[in-house]
Amino acid sequence: MAEPEAVQETEIIAEDKIAVATQWQLMWWRFRKHRLAGAGTIVLILFYVVALFADFFAYVDPLESEAQRSLMAPQPIHWFDEGSFKPYVYSLKGTRDPLTFKRVYVPDTSKKIPIRFFGRGDSYRILGFIPWDRHLIAVEGAKASESLFLLGTDMQGRDLWSRLMYGTQTSMMIGLVSVFLSLVLGVVLGGISGYFGGWIDTVIQRIIEILRSIPTIPLWMGLAAALPGDWDIVKIYFAITIIISLIGWTELARVVRGRFISLRQEDFIMAAELLGCSKTRIIFRHMVPSFISHIIAATTLAIPAMIISETSLSFLGLGLRPPAISWGVLLQDAQNIQALVISPWLLIPSLAVIIAVLAFNFMGDGIRDAADPYG
Amino acid sequence: MLAYIVRRFLLAVLTVWAISVLSFMIIHLPPGDYVTSYIASMSASGSAVSEGEALALRDQLGLDKPITIQYLKWVALILQGNFGMAMEWGRPVSDVIGDRLTLTIVISLAAIVFTWALALPIGIYSAVYRYSLLDYIFTFIGFIGLAIPGFMLALIIMYVAFAHFGANVGGLFSADFAEAPWSLAKAWDLTKHLPIPAIVLGISGTAQMIRIMRSNLLDELRKPYVMTARARGLSEYRVIMRYPVRVALNPFVSTIGYLLPYVVSGSIIVSLVLSLPTVGPLLLKALIAQDMFLAGTIVLLLGVMTVIGTFISDLLLMWVDPRIRLGRQ
Repeated sequence: MAEPEAVQETEIIAEDKIAVATQWQLMWWRFRKHRLAGAGTIVLILFYVVALFADFFAYVDPLESEAQRSLMAPQPIHWFDEGSFKPYVYSLKGTRDPLTFKRVYVPDTSKKIPIRFFGRGDSYRILGFIPWDRHLIAVEGAKASESLFLLGTDMQGRDLWSRLMYGTQTSMMIGLVSVFLSLVLGVVLGGISGYFGGWIDTVIQRIIEILRSIPTIPLWMGLAAALPGDWDIVKIYFAITIIISLIGWTELARVVRGRFISLRQEDFIMAAELLGCSKTRIIFRHMVPSFISHIIAATTLAIPAMIISETSLSFLGLGLRPPAISWGVLLQDAQNIQALVISPWLLIPSLAVIIAVLAFNFMGDGIRDAADPYG
Repeated sequence: MLAYIVRRFLLAVLTVWAISVLSFMIIHLPPGDYVTSYIASMSASGSAVSEGEALALRDQLGLDKPITIQYLKWVALILQGNFGMAMEWGRPVSDVIGDRLTLTIVISLAAIVFTWALALPIGIYSAVYRYSLLDYIFTFIGFIGLAIPGFMLALIIMYVAFAHFGANVGGLFSADFAEAPWSLAKAWDLTKHLPIPAIVLGISGTAQMIRIMRSNLLDELRKPYVMTARARGLSEYRVIMRYPVRVALNPFVSTIGYLLPYVVSGSIIVSLVLSLPTVGPLLLKALIAQDMFLAGTIVLLLGVMTVIGTFISDLLLMWVDPRIRLGRQ
């Protein structure tokens, strides 16, 4: 539909605007009214910005370990120095508690380390090719790896903040890639099932029913454990992605099939058939555009399940393995309840999982409501 | 009605077959055959396996035959109740799994009972008092329940209980009863330990169920027959409980078929965190030690158990829903 010219647009009253709006505009207006969905979308944009530019948000190498800095608590930032805004942290000294022999860290109040935003640190490449050395947070006059521990450190003395940034990258990307694979499987099989019907439909529906009635975690655990131990990170990454995407496609296929079946009986499809359109043209020119919004909603709602699957598998030690970093790998450190009581900050990555999953659910709900013209 | 039962039964059989193929795949995916790794693990633990024994074992499993024959032989052995040996334990798989499978069933059922007991009243309340304060609160809690994976909730509960109350909420039995033979006292001890695993496992299912129940009932409440009932002066309680709730219950019952695999799945990983004596920790150990016979058998038994549960829920659905019982779809 053509956009009305700018001069005319101001004269058109609201109702007329609705009458000439495209389907996408209507959806967008409805989506904007959904506050939670809006909040979810903003949170997700932030997460993906972190995922894309993890090098910028992290301030040290996430793999750099140092036994001398094991299990440090998150470090408070002092925002004001003598009345003006000059954030700094105190330098920390590790000592042994004479009674319990536990390592304790005491701030050395005579040494202030100033913090700079967008300061210089380790060099890296933005998105893999533009070299840069600025980071969101950097310190002045000391090495970041020796002085800055915003979220504390893990058992091996690796900085949790930086690890969380890289973990976000892996986990959010795995969610996207596996949902894409599921989508391909779901749309193709669901589309075939819904469009052709008959015995093909019956077979595909039975396969879906069978897959849905099998408890997934034990099965995927078995498959993941059968991956050869000598594979490198990239191979394991892809294998896990594929294993996870095998869970999600059934729901998507169900949605696509339902849409195909209900659309097949619509008048405009019959009209297209009578006009002699080819099957491909009917499917891609007439049917797909009218249910694509529903697919987007179903896809958005499928991503959190993927993220949780990856986190669960890695948490068990069967998914991604160190040195790869993902939310699940980070949470492996939180498995031991005794360690957790001494260093509760190891549980922080679970907050990231919960927030991301909630945000996806809110956004997906918003899209689903917006896509429903009768809602 | 008979056609419905037969169809469901055939589907269940088909599903069991699919599960058996997948379990067999898991057993055979890792490199090397079972007998070689069995001999290796036996000699590592000090007991040697003689040539003759190894040959007999190979023959029994048909390891020199094509993969389809191997599959058939494996199925034949299982039908005789012979699940093979668990290497790490040096005992038959059925011995090792025994009680743990029962406990897995007990926990899964407890979680489903919890889910129902909570979701039904809350769902009805939320639909009847739509957009009330409590409805919003339940919706919010429901969203959180959906967003927190079971194992994470388990971790958080363990942490809070341990750090603030000094209590260890893991396990299914007190120390006194862990190794004791079954008795009434032990069963009571188990009942006391059940709520936390049941809540952890049930919470996300509960959240889903509340949403399903709420939207189903909302659809029903808008229908003219409800207005008619009100117009004729029925009490509000009867108006709602007599018909709309009954109709809204049907999709609710049918989802139990999906709830069960979900709960069984979740129980595996939650058991690990809460150190429950179910098959979960056993499965993980077996997988890490590449004891594929044990692992494959656990996957198989869990799958079959779920299929039986789903089949029972199908029968239940038939009992609740006259449209199915009377043969109209």
